[in-house]
Amino acid sequence: MGAIMSFVGVLALVLIAILGAKANLHLVFGVLFPYAAVLTLLIGLTVRVVRWAKSPVPFRIPTTCGQQKSLPWIKHSRIENPTTIWGVLVRMFFEVFLFRSLFRNTKIEMHKGPHLAQGSSKWLWMAGLAFHWSFLIILIRHLRFFTEEVPFAVSVTEYLDSFLQIGVPLLYMTDLVILGAITFLYFRRVIIPQVSYISLPADYFPLVLIFSIAGSGVLMRYFTKTHIVGVKAYTMSLVSLRPMMSMPEGVGTIFWVHLFLVCVLFVYFPWSKLVHMAGVFMSPTRNMANNSRIVRHVNPWQTKYKGRTYVDYENDFREKMISVGVPVEKQESESAEPAAEKE
Amino acid sequence: MAKQPKPEELAKVDYTPPMTAWMDTPAVLKPGNFCNAAKEKSLQLLDMPNPRTWSAKDDDWKLPDNWKEIVLEGLRERLDKYRSLRVFMDICVRCGACADKCHFFIGTGDPKNMPVLRAELLRSIYRKEFTTAGKILGRFAGAREMSLDVLKEWWYYFFQCTECRRCSVFCPYGIDQAEITMVGRELLNLLGLNIDWIMGPASACYHKGNHLGLEPHTFKSSIEFFLDDIEEITGIRPEPTFNRKGAEILFVTPSGDVFADPGTYTCMGYLLLFHELGLDYTWSTYASEGGNFGFFTSMDVAQKLNYKIYAEAKRLGVKWILGGECGHMWRVLNQYMDTWNGPADFLEVPTSPITGTRFDAAKSTKMIHIAEFTADLMRHGKLKLDPSRNDNKILTWHDSCNTARGMGFFEEPRYVLKKVVNNFYEMPENTIREKTFCCGSGSGLNASENMDIRLKGGLPRANAVKYVNEKFGVNFVGNICAIDRAALTTSIDYWAPGVRVTGLHELVGNALVMEGEKKRTSDLRGEPLPGCEAEE
Ligand code: HEM
Ligand code: SF4
Ligand code: SF4
Repeated sequence: MGAIMSFVGVLALVLIAILGAKANLHLVFGVLFPYAAVLTLLIGLTVRVVRWAKSPVPFRIPTTCGQQKSLPWIKHSRIENPTTIWGVLVRMFFEVFLFRSLFRNTKIEMHKGPHLAQGSSKWLWMAGLAFHWSFLIILIRHLRFFTEEVPFAVSVTEYLDSFLQIGVPLLYMTDLVILGAITFLYFRRVIIPQVSYISLPADYFPLVLIFSIAGSGVLMRYFTKTHIVGVKAYTMSLVSLRPMMSMPEGVGTIFWVHLFLVCVLFVYFPWSKLVHMAGVFMSPTRNMANNSRIVRHVNPWQTKYKGRTYVDYENDFREKMISVGVPVEKQESESAEPAAEKE
Repeated sequence: MAKQPKPEELAKVDYTPPMTAWMDTPAVLKPGNFCNAAKEKSLQLLDMPNPRTWSAKDDDWKLPDNWKEIVLEGLRERLDKYRSLRVFMDICVRCGACADKCHFFIGTGDPKNMPVLRAELLRSIYRKEFTTAGKILGRFAGAREMSLDVLKEWWYYFFQCTECRRCSVFCPYGIDQAEITMVGRELLNLLGLNIDWIMGPASACYHKGNHLGLEPHTFKSSIEFFLDDIEEITGIRPEPTFNRKGAEILFVTPSGDVFADPGTYTCMGYLLLFHELGLDYTWSTYASEGGNFGFFTSMDVAQKLNYKIYAEAKRLGVKWILGGECGHMWRVLNQYMDTWNGPADFLEVPTSPITGTRFDAAKSTKMIHIAEFTADLMRHGKLKLDPSRNDNKILTWHDSCNTARGMGFFEEPRYVLKKVVNNFYEMPENTIREKTFCCGSGSGLNASENMDIRLKGGLPRANAVKYVNEKFGVNFVGNICAIDRAALTTSIDYWAPGVRVTGLHELVGNALVMEGEKKRTSDLRGEPLPGCEAEE
């Protein structure tokens, strides 16, 4: 259901953008929406992060994936079971840039016997990594539209991305990779029964949306050949807060579609699962050191327990304790006075 | 208990999801898959809400009229108290990487046993009540209305999760279903919806000092009971002390070690070791429980039960605390105890009186694990060992979930076991260490009325045992967990008959060559030692 609905949804968005282009509603689609979208993204992400941050981390609960630090002659796994902030940083680096945990993925196979096997399964990891890295590189490449002089880092990225030196304009590998990876992720969701069973419309929608953004970008670059100089003039006018009052000549309808879909993605981002981008940094099972035996972790809302004490216990069982020679504090049981233990 | 089907039958798992969407598929409470309801009395003892006699089989669960309000308010409160919960509610991408990592999903094929879907059971309500998208878009955004069916579904599936954290190892964001289950169970407890197998031990522990409800005289006599056996086997009679002020060390272990085979043999191992070392230590009848079934109930009850350990250490004036072999006990001691009931500034950093080693890794909690303690002794050559006494055992090692993923306790027990056993084989790599499979009965689920689900959940672990059994002739599974010792015995007996279960210090006790001992002919179980079979 969601798999098809998300197509319909994105198609509707594309139509809206085309209508906007035809009616030449530049002030709405070219000025109002982009500014509003960027603001929503920034404010929304901040709101989300602040809300997470406001909930404390009462206990130190890292998931330990390697040997703890104990005796000096036992090899400690500093990254998979860190005790210091440095270990945590390296662990997080591997999580964020290499999807370390996803790399562990296995797949069960139940054979006759019964014999249960845990096969290796790296496809999700590969596709996930391919998708995210392409996305990041494409994002970096886009910075050329938002800076007067193209930063060196951006040029290097462009150079590396096109090192195959195919076609005019040069083919960027990430364009192919991102479309391929999204296609894989989409079909994986449709085809694997379990994944399909857990998928919500909100799981298909971003895939179709990002595919359409990338797809419209590819169309502009390699096929309809949008007027790049015009686009840059337009984006720079947005950056300089002196927006153009109409779209430059030669910037076609597809650019309107591309731009509008990006606006939708930005607005959608903070209120959807895409916030995992920020959330992964705040996951207590990954971003905490396992040092709670070494340093006391303080919980801001912890109340001290004052309840059933040894005195209560002895009052209940004194005779029995005495009868078997277990030492007691008070020899004969007086009528249990409300005794509080000294702190 | 109903007769169990044959293993080949039970292993025929159907992984095809139902035709209907999961939100339209209400949970059916199948007998054998859930536990008896908690008793009124246990709830009263611990001052828990809504004590009454009820049964999950009845339609009417005797809830307070405003139950929905209580649950939603409880959820709001916990969202503000736990960042883990808030973040985990928001960031799951439903990639499914965790799906086939859960032993309950592997064993049942029930999609609601996929960690991701178990989380969605709660997440869907969170969306409806606490997110804008959920309020507006409803089901499109994965939101649904809280209802009695949902509540029952929670109860059914949050007591089909052993809080083992295996899913958390594989999730790209570390989403830990154990965290979510723990919160889910707290919410259920607000309505008095716990199970007897948890609340019975928890209330006993609160009142009498240990889960088994052994009163002081019984606790003492249970341990003294071992002394006869030990004397018969070794010719030596250790002299343990109880509640002794001024001892150097307080020793705390799960009460299962004192009571149930094969944990008792491990307990005998402790007694032998401490005697041989001449350790100045004491047992406590008040803090006579290392485990913590409160941890499977709520943070609050867990803190109450855990309180006794530091309180007793303080009262007795010991220098530090030594802990026995247990799984969840050590997750609690590592990740919670100091925060709840610390700081233990009245204790000293644990220092082995035999080797002088200072255990700086437990600088703050002042409590060390007996496997660390023993490994250090062995490293310094302080123990005379004869591993050949264990030569009739071909061992494999089961890493317990909590010590594995809540601590990282892998090498210490392996170091010890390699000193006392000559034949040792690991199970396949994807089933050990941080990827270890749960015994299937953790977190208070080792009752008898839910045997069906226990055996199904135990399949992945037991199957790996069977693998090494067939390949290397393995006939013993070692572990450092009291629940494992009880639960694995059942599940391995079913799935891999012929393999038995042992604790680490049972093996140590067998191999330990003690000063003044007689020539041993039998092991701690009273079975003949290798080479002594003929003498029987
Ligand atoms: C720190 C940065 C990020 C990390 C560590 C991260 C990690 C992941 C992982 C591990 C997955 C699951 C694998 C998969 O399904 O592909 C995933 C899924 C996804 N991520 Fe990210 N991500 C990050 C940033 C982003 C950003 C910036 C976006 C922007 C659009 C994004 C969009 C998505 C989408 C759409 C999916 C779903 C794929 C699917 O449904 O199969 N992620 N992410
Ligand atoms: S692995 Fe993590 S992100 Fe993926 S479905 Fe499971 S809980 Fe969600
Ligand atoms: S914590 Fe363990 S039992 Fe619970 S969902 Fe995760 S893997 Fe399954």
